Amino acid sequence: MTTPDLAALPRLPRDAEGPVFRAPWEAQAFAMAVTLAERGLFTWKEWATYLADEIAAARVRGEADDGSRYYHDWLAALEKIVADKGLVATDALLTRKDEWDRAARATPHGQPIVLPRRP
Amino acid sequence: MSDHHHDHASEPGSPLAETDLRVRALESLLVEKGLVDPAALDAVIDTYETKVGPRNGARVVARAWVDPAFRARLLADATAAIAELGYMGRQGEDMVALENTPKVHNLVVCTLCSCYPWPVLGLPPVWYKSAPYRSRAVLDPRGVLREFGVELGDDVEVRVWDSTSEMRYLVLPERPAGTEGMSEEALAQLVTRDSMIGVAKVTPPARGGPR
Repeated sequence: MTTPDLAALPRLPRDAEGPVFRAPWEAQAFAMAVTLAERGLFTWKEWATYLADEIAAARVRGEADDGSRYYHDWLAALEKIVADKGLVATDALLTRKDEWDRAARATPHGQPIVLPRRP
Repeated sequence: MSDHHHDHASEPGSPLAETDLRVRALESLLVEKGLVDPAALDAVIDTYETKVGPRNGARVVARAWVDPAFRARLLADATAAIAELGYMGRQGEDMVALENTPKVHNLVVCTLCSCYPWPVLGLPPVWYKSAPYRSRAVLDPRGVLREFGVELGDDVEVRVWDSTSEMRYLVLPERPAGTEGMSEEALAQLVTRDSMIGVAKVTPPARGGPR
């Protein structure tokens, strides 16, 4: 490895102590990982490993690593750890995602989106 | 897969974003399986988004400034000292307090992900999670500090601490001059999140204000 060119590195993104979540889904994804770890379904050390692996993989794929993709990586890591721990299978997630997609498209504005009752 | 035209004319609603759908899918399945309680999720979000913030850490710092015995306990066993004030780690991690002095400046980073002392600082800012901070804090800490507006003399040693899932760091910044008469509560108001990560110093209150 050659010496890193410090001048070529981007400047640090700064913030003004604003909100820590930029969208509700980020907060939901955050809370799910915290809650599952608190219930002992995985350890926080295991979680940190999944998250670090996901951030590293995103970087290899060339995605922006400026903090803006952080909760995308968090969500991807969460989907992997729940599958590996046998909590929620990947195919069940994909099926359920399609159900939410259909439900959202069929729900008029201003009404809560709910999944249809299962037969 | 069908194409992704959004035919609003034939749909009463509107599609949700991909990430929204994934989060809803995961959450609804976890709730159905009894693995998470929606109320517990709400409590976690409320705690970290609005109740913790950097306020807890600021109280720890202010107490250490006014109470030498607490300061000694904090530097000896930060986990226990912080717990005295009622702040506990949720992930069972250990806390270490790092004392800034005129000769030593401490800077905290997590090079792998963004391990962060949540119980005392709330959630990490965007820049803390960014690759430039994660890599440059280690490679060029003085350059990073300069970008944050902190100029250190050559005689000041910079120590960079890499957080892990088991060990989190809290910087105990220097108490600014001119704050001798201030109450613990007023001092806590001066302590910023950035000063407890080590990318800022605590500045005294503006001149002309009440002593």
